[in-house]
Amino acid sequence: MKASIFDKKNADIAWCPGCGNFKILEALKGALLETNQRPENLVVVSGIGQAPKTPQYFNTHMFNGLHGRALPVATGVKAANPSLTVIAQGGDGDMYGEGGNHFLHTIRRNPDIVHLVHNNMVYGLTKGQASPTSQKGFRTPVQVEGVFIEPVNPVAVAIAQNASFVARAFAGDVDRTKALLVRAIRHQGYALVDIFQPCVTFNKVNTFKWFKDHVRYLDENYDPSSQKDAFELALQNDPFLLGVLYVEEKPAFHKNLPVYDGNPEALYSREIRWKQLKNIIRQRQYS
Amino acid sequence: MCQKAKDISVVICGAAGQGIQTIEKALTVMMKQAGYHVFATREFMSRIRGGMNSTEIRIANERAASFLNRVDICIPLKQGALAHLKERLSDQTIIIGEKDTYDPEFDMFDIPVSRIAEEHGGKIYANAVATGIVLGMFGLNPDLYKAYFRQEFQSKSEEIVQNNISACGKGYESGQILKNEKGVPGIPEPAGDLAGEILMNGAEAVALGAVAGGCRFVSSYPMSPSTGVLVQCAQYARDLDLVVEQAEDEICAINMALGASYAGAGSLVTTSGGGLALMGEGISLAGMTETPVVIHLAQRPGPATGLPTRTEQGDLNLVLHAGHGEFPRIILAPGDHSQAFDLSSQAFDLAGRFQIPVFILTDQYLMDSTRNIPEPDSGRNTKNTHIIKTDMDYQRFRLTENGISPRGIPGYGNGLVCVDSDEHSEDGYITEDFNVRRKMVDKRLKKMDAMKKACIPPVFHGPEDYETLFICWGTNYHPVKDALQQNQAGKQAMLHFPQIYPVPPAADAYLKQAKRIVSVENNATGQFGRLLTLETGFFVKKYILKYTGLPFSVEELCKEMSRLS
Repeated sequence: MKASIFDKKNADIAWCPGCGNFKILEALKGALLETNQRPENLVVVSGIGQAPKTPQYFNTHMFNGLHGRALPVATGVKAANPSLTVIAQGGDGDMYGEGGNHFLHTIRRNPDIVHLVHNNMVYGLTKGQASPTSQKGFRTPVQVEGVFIEPVNPVAVAIAQNASFVARAFAGDVDRTKALLVRAIRHQGYALVDIFQPCVTFNKVNTFKWFKDHVRYLDENYDPSSQKDAFELALQNDPFLLGVLYVEEKPAFHKNLPVYDGNPEALYSREIRWKQLKNIIRQRQYS
Repeated sequence: MCQKAKDISVVICGAAGQGIQTIEKALTVMMKQAGYHVFATREFMSRIRGGMNSTEIRIANERAASFLNRVDICIPLKQGALAHLKERLSDQTIIIGEKDTYDPEFDMFDIPVSRIAEEHGGKIYANAVATGIVLGMFGLNPDLYKAYFRQEFQSKSEEIVQNNISACGKGYESGQILKNEKGVPGIPEPAGDLAGEILMNGAEAVALGAVAGGCRFVSSYPMSPSTGVLVQCAQYARDLDLVVEQAEDEICAINMALGASYAGAGSLVTTSGGGLALMGEGISLAGMTETPVVIHLAQRPGPATGLPTRTEQGDLNLVLHAGHGEFPRIILAPGDHSQAFDLSSQAFDLAGRFQIPVFILTDQYLMDSTRNIPEPDSGRNTKNTHIIKTDMDYQRFRLTENGISPRGIPGYGNGLVCVDSDEHSEDGYITEDFNVRRKMVDKRLKKMDAMKKACIPPVFHGPEDYETLFICWGTNYHPVKDALQQNQAGKQAMLHFPQIYPVPPAADAYLKQAKRIVSVENNATGQFGRLLTLETGFFVKKYILKYTGLPFSVEELCKEMSRLS
């Protein structure tokens, strides 16, 4: 792959050889170049896990926060400075488990951020427990009898909540994943990209080949504007459908805030409204 | 032993929904307009309707800022109100009621408030009648209430304005008759012209002070008794150019605030004990990433849900230790409304300067009490945001002599701002190197040296030759001060701490002289006394503690403190 401004020299990458994260990183860098992003204007907020290490391995502003808590941080960053491109990146455990409540409410809030979830159906960094998206029957050292609870269907949840942009990808297809990321970055509003990837070390069931055999791309001319249709497609899990499932254009979170009504300046550069503050205080004179 | 203060305490008691707050507002505004110092404290149940709530309004010719047990004028609005207040009533109390609220145990002046209200438009005007009675007893200029009701209700309708005025007028007449017949003892003279002063409650003081200090971003989850701060900020978000967002939970609130702060906005979170408990990891994140944030905690009795609408000082230990791992923090505890405004403002400067979480500890008592104060200094000068423009080789956690690394933000300059909740090297990236780890821990804790030099000093009152020193923090400032003044016990002094942590070095000299140190606190385990003992080595041996959910009254403290003379 061609060298770029995003390439970081001497990154000590902690992923296993063959990890899907490598391909996702490649697709992401490609998408960032294609959408003319610059490191100085990009913030990647991540949680904890293997996937959230991604921003350590390329040139960008980085807020590597707490497990499950990337979405609120990303929302805060974008609300304080909407001129930044903000990506929230993490794994399925981080984003759909620990961060499940934030997933639901960030969709509602619709901040203009890209939500990248590396979905490998297992907990990699903590060595092999089931994740919220693990399929039934998946055996692990903790789910000894095999998973018997219902896996989270994140795209269905997102569509049910009328998320602004819902897409699914597969890390094995770098070019197609890149194209989806480009659309997500360009989208004004919350954009979910759930990316299937294999965990070569801890998930011997949902391998590279398994995913290849269980996914199918949506038709070229599929129209993503019907919530009902998208929801039906999202319920399919054999094969899982890949591509942009649903798009609903609506004003992003910061567009609804009075501070950006006619003023695009980031908060840090604004003057305190001394006069108005004094007036508000003096209203309480009641004289 | 305790002398009678130069004021009148009016207590109105009834069910939620009966309009106690309406009367409180009317009386505090009009009494202030008439030149009296006012101090109103609410105690109420965790209910929207029913139950039993009361408000005490002190009307004085000197500044008043503590809760009095004594009731001079009592207006019960419901059967059972007098039983609720029983302990506070005496045969000096003038009780004004009507047959609905009649309680055979007490002598009452029967003024048919409900009937008068009906005659002047409806039962809803009972509040105006009750207000009028008190105004009449004080003999205030009737123009005051005419102007007040016009101002309050002109947006509604002329009929409502007129009904309020006439209902209030009738109440006023009754009040005048009462005064002439019975004579109301001890009606103080007005203090003077208080037109320039501000009527503010604790929530307003914290919210507006925060804005004065550079607050731009507020993310919170509603929780009694802190919600008032969120509401105030939301009400003025457009006018004061703030982003105010209600989070889905407290964990979101703290993380969102950290995101906004990372991007350069002064951020505030407001909550109570249970909410702060949820924020533990987020607070730890603030410490690790050295992201400034101000967290306001309005205390209420715990543990768990506790008493949601009552007051306590039980969360000191929580705030001292919240967030796993070791990192510096500042804890402030304003003594009254003026100080709440000032410290709320200062908190942002301290947070930005030292890149730490700064906590403001208040309580339900402060949040829900209203007082007239001199106009606070809302500032004119551009605040120092302590943010630098980054260069290409910028490193967020560059090691410096005092442990404070120049703070850059994304999008301001050419450098990249990288922060990590993992242990990290100077460039902000993850590391597991043991030596780097030690250096980073030292760096973060080194900030304490600079912080200790910037402590807000404790406040001393009393004779130079004191032997007993009463220490207190937060809202016990005035109650202890008033009790000390009233006792005139000799060789007793007080030391109030508006900054609890780090413990100001200036405290040592005062503690050293004391033969005996007594801590006055609204909790069961003497949290501050223990902290002071631990941090200074001076042993706090005695405690005056209250943890019923109500604040200390001056009378209570007079008694407890004089027992120790």
